[in-house]
Amino acid sequence: MYKLLLCWRYLRTRWIALASVISVTLGVATMIVVNAVMSGFSNEMQTRIHGILSDIVFESHSLSGFQDPQWHIEEIKRVAGDQIAGMTPTVAVPAMLSFQVRGQWVTRQVMFIGIDPKTHAQVSDFGRYLQHPANREQLSFDLREGGYDTIDSQNPTETPTRPALEHAGWPHRRMRVNRERLWKERLESKESAANAPTRSVDQQVDAMLAATSPEGDFSDPPSDTAATEEKRTNPFQKARPNQGRVMDLAEEQFTGIVPGIGLASFRNRQGVDQFLSLPGDDVKITFPTAGTPPKAVSDNFTIVDFYESKMSEYDSNFVFVPIDALQRMRGMINPQTGIPSVNSIQIRLKPDAKLNEVRDRLREVFPSDLYAIATWRDKQGPLLSAVDMEMAVLNILLFLIIAVAGFGILAIFFMIVVEKTRDIGILKALGATSSGIAGIFLGYGLFLGLVGAGAGLILGLSITWNINQIRQAVEWCTGSRVFDPSIYYFFQIPTIVHPVTVGWIIVGAVAIAIGSSVLPAVRAARLHAVEALRHE
Amino acid sequence: MNDLEMPSHETPMLETRQIYKQYQSGTTTLDVLRGVDFKLEQGGFLAVVGQSGSGKSTLLHVMGLLDAPDSGEVWLNGQRIDNLPVREKDRLRNNSIGMVFQAYHLLPEFTALENVLAPLLIRHGIFDWFSHKRAAEEQAEVLLDRFGLSDRLHHRPRQLSGGEMQRVAIARALITKPQVLLADEPTGNLDEESGAGIIEALSELNRDNGLSIVLVTHDADIASQARGIVRLAAGTVDMINPGATGSAA
Repeated sequence: MYKLLLCWRYLRTRWIALASVISVTLGVATMIVVNAVMSGFSNEMQTRIHGILSDIVFESHSLSGFQDPQWHIEEIKRVAGDQIAGMTPTVAVPAMLSFQVRGQWVTRQVMFIGIDPKTHAQVSDFGRYLQHPANREQLSFDLREGGYDTIDSQNPTETPTRPALEHAGWPHRRMRVNRERLWKERLESKESAANAPTRSVDQQVDAMLAATSPEGDFSDPPSDTAATEEKRTNPFQKARPNQGRVMDLAEEQFTGIVPGIGLASFRNRQGVDQFLSLPGDDVKITFPTAGTPPKAVSDNFTIVDFYESKMSEYDSNFVFVPIDALQRMRGMINPQTGIPSVNSIQIRLKPDAKLNEVRDRLREVFPSDLYAIATWRDKQGPLLSAVDMEMAVLNILLFLIIAVAGFGILAIFFMIVVEKTRDIGILKALGATSSGIAGIFLGYGLFLGLVGAGAGLILGLSITWNINQIRQAVEWCTGSRVFDPSIYYFFQIPTIVHPVTVGWIIVGAVAIAIGSSVLPAVRAARLHAVEALRHE
Repeated sequence: MNDLEMPSHETPMLETRQIYKQYQSGTTTLDVLRGVDFKLEQGGFLAVVGQSGSGKSTLLHVMGLLDAPDSGEVWLNGQRIDNLPVREKDRLRNNSIGMVFQAYHLLPEFTALENVLAPLLIRHGIFDWFSHKRAAEEQAEVLLDRFGLSDRLHHRPRQLSGGEMQRVAIARALITKPQVLLADEPTGNLDEESGAGIIEALSELNRDNGLSIVLVTHDADIASQARGIVRLAAGTVDMINPGATGSAA
């Protein structure tokens, strides 16, 4: 009992010892915050990676793909049907995307992916990342009349961060086509009456332009329309729904595509997205045909929505298109049998299915020289393991901080043992055992560890739970951005507190506190009673 | 085995046989005790006197099991105790031997009451304690009351005078109802009046409660109040004045 009482008294009277546990507190708090933020980031990243990748990807090694996806789907079902929730075929080819910004052609390298709008949502979270509420329900490659989100649906904010999307869709398209027509008329009238004054016509055009130009719209290219050009160059006119006549661009669209949002927009310093082109605009895409050697073909497409997984790697790289259109344009449909080819089959597993087991079962059945079968984790393996590695190293480094605090406790405990030498002698004279004396200091170490870790727990959790407010306060004080949304693509710092991790941190910190009190405790226990009593 | 002998009236309360103790100080060896034979009868009150360095305190420490002799035997109430295992020695110090020191040796973190309770706190574990707490506290309050300290129960040692501290120390030594009380210069740090009070209290304990007491002092006046005197000189017993109930070896 005296041990407990003395520990308690020492705890309340020895402030210097409490100072030594401040470093334990800070170490524990830092570890909790860092782990929470790292898990938050890691989790966010995994969700996003997984959002676009289905659980298992069944691919051919060649861009030309393999024939008869339906047969493959049946075979896969036969092998592992009990664990599979859904499958969808896709075709993916590298391509060049070109669109006009203020009359200049901008060309970017993209991954052009043909998906089945009906089944693709079954295998990934694809739908969730679209900008039109109706497309999130059921994707359609037909341009919508309007109603695109001006507020990011994944990161709702008070003020719209995408005001430009308000006019997107058919209204934007009609406006653009009208404007282009007026420009053309104006040019023609200028040409026809080269020297005659045509002010009245000009004024008329100007007035109409002003009326149809929404603010902040970057895409007003005064150029000849894509349709006239398409008539000359496009070898795939058969693919058009309205072949043999001039399209009325204000009323009709080309094949719909869904590009990643990063391809057509950038975020400014205020966190507002600026769009280079909008749903309703037309673009050109150049891609290789199937067959050997591949030939490059180009076609016009209409943007119908944007895809935003918040993984910039995907958002600035992927362009989605209906799979049948892509198969037709690439010549992936066997002319004799009408059987199509695909690059890959995306497989979504049931929630409790074992990822690696299904992969291994499929690998046994399908020869690896023809098919590449990988889980989403395999595909992002290096990235995921890099994050894990980073976390492990960080944890070791931070734990060393607590270990350093342990040496502080060690030093202060030695001082306290010296200071308390006479008391130790008294306790021995009164019949305290050596292990009892050691127990006082071990118990004191435990108390200090608990106090330090407890304070660290409270501090760490309150920082974690208020990290975004703290971020704002720091930004307000320093005037500079601590966390730039244009880099990370989310507005809040994500955090996840894993109770098990926190538990281990606390246990570790307390263990270090006890561990560093062992040597002083042993020293105290070994003191000779008579010498201790004589100690001044 | 003598250990198993039933203590009779003739069995001395405390006895030492041929105690030798050396201290090594650098290259020189100091013979502090050179064959000390000492005997305290049941209910005896002996004063051990001698000059500084004569080995009085060392003898007391050996008898109190705080220090081990190089050779010789220590017997307590018919049981040899110097060769007991460490745990047993700790238990005896806690149960059977009460000690009072010149410098009081109270624990500064504890109140007067807690200091008196300290031996019982040491004896009982955390869970054990709560069943003994009430009785122990009552006992401690009675003891402190007896020494006129009932209004000082919750004072810390630094708030007490020397005489008060020494009385707390005696109360602490008595709370375990020891078989023998060993007092090492209990008046050394006190003024004459307080010192006299302490000696008076010890005499009373011996007379009224039959407590066996060994009192180490260098003051002849104080020694004369004991019932017998043993004088140490150069590490051996120099002179014995057995007094009324004391006796020589």
